[in-house]
Amino acid sequence: MTGAADDVILSVKGVSLAFGGVRALTDVSFSVRKGSITAVIGPNGAGKTSLFNTISGFYRPRAGEIVFGGRNLAGTAPPERARLGLARTFQNIALFRGMTVLDNIKLGRHAHMQTGLLDALVYRGRARREELALRAEIEERIIDFLEIQHIRNAPVATLPYGLRKRVELARALAMRPRLLMLDEPVAGMNREETEDMARFILDVKEEWDVTILMVEHDMGMVMDISDHVVVLNFGQVIAEGSPATVQADPAVIAAYLGAGDLGRRLSAPEAA
Amino acid sequence: MRIGTLKTSYAADEALFDTRLQKLLLVLALVAAVLFPFVASPYWLFLACLCAINVASATGLNILTGYTGLVSLGQAAFMSVGAYAVAVLEIHVGTPFLINLLAGALVTALVGIGVGIPSLRVKGLYLAIATIAASVVLHFVFSHWSLTGGARGLSMPPATLFGVALDQPFQLYWPIMPVTVLMVLGAANLFRTRIGRAFIAIRDRDISAEVLGIPLLRYKLMSFAVSSFYAGLAGGLWAYFFRVVTPESFPLVNSIFYLAAIIVGGMGTVLGGILGAVFMTMVPEVLKFAAGMVTPFYPDALALLAPVRTIVFGALIVGFLIFEPHGLAEIWCRIRRFFHLWPFKT
Repeated sequence: MTGAADDVILSVKGVSLAFGGVRALTDVSFSVRKGSITAVIGPNGAGKTSLFNTISGFYRPRAGEIVFGGRNLAGTAPPERARLGLARTFQNIALFRGMTVLDNIKLGRHAHMQTGLLDALVYRGRARREELALRAEIEERIIDFLEIQHIRNAPVATLPYGLRKRVELARALAMRPRLLMLDEPVAGMNREETEDMARFILDVKEEWDVTILMVEHDMGMVMDISDHVVVLNFGQVIAEGSPATVQADPAVIAAYLGAGDLGRRLSAPEAA
Repeated sequence: MRIGTLKTSYAADEALFDTRLQKLLLVLALVAAVLFPFVASPYWLFLACLCAINVASATGLNILTGYTGLVSLGQAAFMSVGAYAVAVLEIHVGTPFLINLLAGALVTALVGIGVGIPSLRVKGLYLAIATIAASVVLHFVFSHWSLTGGARGLSMPPATLFGVALDQPFQLYWPIMPVTVLMVLGAANLFRTRIGRAFIAIRDRDISAEVLGIPLLRYKLMSFAVSSFYAGLAGGLWAYFFRVVTPESFPLVNSIFYLAAIIVGGMGTVLGGILGAVFMTMVPEVLKFAAGMVTPFYPDALALLAPVRTIVFGALIVGFLIFEPHGLAEIWCRIRRFFHLWPFKT
């Protein structure tokens, strides 16, 4: 990548990860530029979610380093990474089932709030001011933006899949992220839901000035909205570049998508 | 019937009591609580104080087990810490009543943090066993330490507040009831803020909680601290209420009693802690009353009371787990929902 160093928000440098003898990631390096949408693609088991968990801080890489906003993340626990502006969603949706949509979204702001235990018990002064300011901001910026007004008081457990994905995005936005990591944001969605989600992701990038790193299998969407694509296979980066470059890369077509039907879909996403 | 709740500010929507009926009921309940001691017999006042103490302790356990998802069988042991601390302060130091209560609760909170340390690594059943182990250790300490009077325990003089000796349920009602009300309000407030939400997040999905910036150990220990603070305060009130604290005052069975109370009342709701504790405290009294009623026809009824009580407790817990897992609080919510739409939908 030719961009200046200060243009890069996240750089993964030579990261290797192994579980016992299984090598999940081998010498993975790539950068995410500020204000871009970067997609990580690859077949099942390529190590995409392992990569995300390493960036989140759940796994400690055996080698290599991850630099976020100019700061090396080695030795930083997940909660601390949240405070630095790293937000993510999960492949299988990790909402809090017993809570309402509103409470789930409020939790996103946890790390940026000040209320202490004693304030909380009396709910006066700071605790009250902070809660009301948070409520107003969530209502006016996030709920309105993601069009989930009608479900704000619904328990998450009662919602259909597509809406849950949207609530999870809302919660991540409440974290005021600088980098938003989305793990398969449209998996299992129908065409209409996928298009809605793609629109939200583009709007988040434009209006919220948030950089996006996503893992996704829906090639149509990846090729439509990404600025940069990283292809993983067996834990290694086999190609990276603009969607057009990756589509044309023979190594990707051969090694990852195969020469058959999927290969054609990749080079002509509109027909997918 | 309620057509809708029309709110014009976020403050109104975030309020603890939002409908007019709720506020009315609340005022009525407060008036009733104030008038109660003047009309009730000492027996009923005794029961009211006991209910209040159990509500305070059950609410504390609900914070830990119902909201944070950390199963504890140490609630009675935590109460014993508060009770002994208060007794020692009253007998040996002679500090004022309210200071003793607060100090006892703080000591218990510290003990709770210590007991909570394994909670980062062990969960569920294993944590429950760890809390039982802590109970056994505390029991051993209290029955062997000279400061706590060994197996004979400690006998306390009655507390004095504003120069009045608190030796009858009538006098004790006045500190016990307000303290319990404040504790319950504190718990309700807690779950309107980021700290309470963090507790629930840990219960529902701890990995996700970490990604949102919630340090697990810190919040688990905080939950233990708050919960055992409540237990310690309840134990302190208990000590002043019965004025004798022995190692056998807080057996393991009492911990199970509180766990049963929050299961029957409804885990993870403030209302559940209140309803469950009152219900479980009153069940033996209702049985006693029923036994008295059938004595003329069946003279042995009173002798059967003890075994029947155990069976009824067991049956209640199993019955609630199967048929009403969300407890009495859920039943109350259903009643409320019914009347929101009544008479348009029945």
